[in-house]
Amino acid sequence: MPNMSLKKNDMPSQKPDVRNKNFSEVALGYSEEQALDEASRCLNCKNKPCVSGCPVGIDIPSFIELMKAKDYIGAHKKITEASSLPAVCGRVCPQESQCEGKCVRGIKGESVAIGRLERFAADFYSANCEEKTTGKITPCGIKAAVVGSGPAGLTCAGELAKNGCEVTVFEALHKPGGVLVYGIPEFRLPKAVVAREVEGLKSMGVEIVTNAVIGRTITVDELFEQGYNAIFIGSGAGLPNFMKIPGESLKGVYSANEYLTRINLMKAYENESDTPAKRAKNVAVVGGGNVAMDAARCAKRLGAENVYIVYRRSETEMPARTEEVHHAKEEGIIFKTLCNPTEIIGDESKTVTQLKCFEMTLGEPDDSGRRRPVVKPESEFILDCDAVIMAIGTSPNPLIKDTTEGLDTNRWGCIVADDNGKTTRENVYAGGDAVTGAATVILAMGAGKTAAQAILKKFEK
Amino acid sequence: MYKIAYKKMLNPTVGLMKIEAPLIAKKALPGQFIILRTDENGERIPLTVAETDKKSLVTIIFQLVGATTIKLGAMNEGDYLSDFAGPLGRPSKLEGLKNVAVIGGGVGSAIAYPVAKGLHENGAKVHIIAGFRSRDLVILEEEFAAISDEFLIMTDDGSYGQKGLVTDALKAIIERGENLDEVIAIGPLVMMKFVAKLAKEYNIKTTVSMNPIMVDGTGMCGCCRITVGGKTKFACVDGPDFDGFEVDFDEAMSRLSEYKVFEGNAKDHVCNLLNMKNGTVN
Repeated sequence: MPNMSLKKNDMPSQKPDVRNKNFSEVALGYSEEQALDEASRCLNCKNKPCVSGCPVGIDIPSFIELMKAKDYIGAHKKITEASSLPAVCGRVCPQESQCEGKCVRGIKGESVAIGRLERFAADFYSANCEEKTTGKITPCGIKAAVVGSGPAGLTCAGELAKNGCEVTVFEALHKPGGVLVYGIPEFRLPKAVVAREVEGLKSMGVEIVTNAVIGRTITVDELFEQGYNAIFIGSGAGLPNFMKIPGESLKGVYSANEYLTRINLMKAYENESDTPAKRAKNVAVVGGGNVAMDAARCAKRLGAENVYIVYRRSETEMPARTEEVHHAKEEGIIFKTLCNPTEIIGDESKTVTQLKCFEMTLGEPDDSGRRRPVVKPESEFILDCDAVIMAIGTSPNPLIKDTTEGLDTNRWGCIVADDNGKTTRENVYAGGDAVTGAATVILAMGAGKTAAQAILKKFEK
Repeated sequence: MYKIAYKKMLNPTVGLMKIEAPLIAKKALPGQFIILRTDENGERIPLTVAETDKKSLVTIIFQLVGATTIKLGAMNEGDYLSDFAGPLGRPSKLEGLKNVAVIGGGVGSAIAYPVAKGLHENGAKVHIIAGFRSRDLVILEEEFAAISDEFLIMTDDGSYGQKGLVTDALKAIIERGENLDEVIAIGPLVMMKFVAKLAKEYNIKTTVSMNPIMVDGTGMCGCCRITVGGKTKFACVDGPDFDGFEVDFDEAMSRLSEYKVFEGNAKDHVCNLLNMKNGTVN
């Protein structure tokens, strides 16, 4: 008999007033008992609606069935048939709008906590199994270069290596992982988890070259000259957008990319790190996505007294994961929704002191289908703050586009690729944020996997 | 890891190193920079490529001003830098220039050197004006002399060369009727600001090399943004060279001071660790 409890098992977590002062992981993971209890809520539906909600098509009911039988290693294996980064996705996927959003149990009550179960299986595997021993892989003769070691690149590399390709991953920064290491904070995705995934790839024979800026250190053409048959570009989202309002050049105004990179990649919160990050008292973060939540929660952890999320639409339209919004609120982040900044004000030393905002109302839906925010007249107000962080998206990095002939980009500068990741340049594939603009980890993974399959198909003998 | 193949102090606060980095050595062009980290806890800092041997060695010249450059200065031949990435930024546009004044200020002269050398190799007439505070800080004198048609050293205190500012020398060159195509200024922001101001009076195109704070240096973090002609530009991918008439220097100066307090503390900390005083070995 399935467990008919309407509520999912709560995730054991650090207490909000404790965790908002440290960088350790917030969600601690299910115990075996909780995992078994949660797994027993799955009805093992024959038509598997949850699978249709998963961008990489994990056979969710099957892995949960294995968990019910306490075969956690088997469950992990089942997940990895479709996803190369289960420990990551179990933590950062927006499950509520994907698998869990389709779960039948969610119609009356809460859906099965698929993400938490995925995480349990992945963590159980890494705690109890030796480094991945994939056995002998027969070389297929394809030599592939992967540009960028974020979710798209790592997935593409894993898929190619699994099928016998000789794969080299080129990473511009000093550490592999892309947004998983520079963007997503330790408290949401421990870097040890990312390192483990990277080690897994290495054990499959993937070579990872850091400090290699494709377009500068080596060009795409030179990679072909070096004998690579196919190239996958997963170079990520690129340069941060700003609002183009007065005051964005004041000291204390940062892009979320910069703020998060200083904290996550450069470990500015540790004493040993040489990289500084401002310890602000009152911080306004502009934006409503996961990046905005991450920046706000980092600011709190660096000791800020008041941290505001300033978002021009209402909470319903926020693109962030429900859980991140929930966690942020628990940690004392103040939500100023339906507010839009119009000016950043500074003092005589050109340091930010205030953010001028207007209240908004929601009008008719716009192109994105979300209701368009409209300024409420005479609603101007001031937020006192000594740091403003802009988390309003990114525009593509021009380095590869500018140095690769025949690689078309669209009017926003994103690389043009078809459904298989094929670009306008022969044997060059692309996926992830470099193609779509800022999106999610799982979509980037899906794109990396699709492109890998297209490469394998193209060079099949 | 990247080996320090050669090290020499050019003066008490300016060091020169040759780093083994073949991919960069083969590629780097005048005006481009690298990002380095000394060690695992190190900061990512940008430094302009001073020269390469086109095979394996990349020369960097750096002033011991902050924690990272002081740490770097304390490293020796045979030591390894944990990271060295590049070449970054767009190369300087030197083609077609026939008669150019290249102005370097302080350690900025090290950055001006590859540009001047590139122009010289292209057959341009090169006037070099190098400004320093005093005689003991003069660097690259022989190197500059070898690649220039005219070479003027200016010192603030008159202890070497001529006493005065680089703008004094530039003005004299222009006034005597030298038909300059372009002025290229590399050095402290305030120097570049005034060079651009002077050159504008004579309507001579001026290119400046911007040196804002960077983190990734590859077009991701947006820390290096500056305002050029009223628009936001990113020095790491759009620059570092920009039209000197269009750059908002005052804003750039303010932004460069963002971490001053932290830098001061970090410098003291490193100096204590290394048993140094103000970046100079006791």
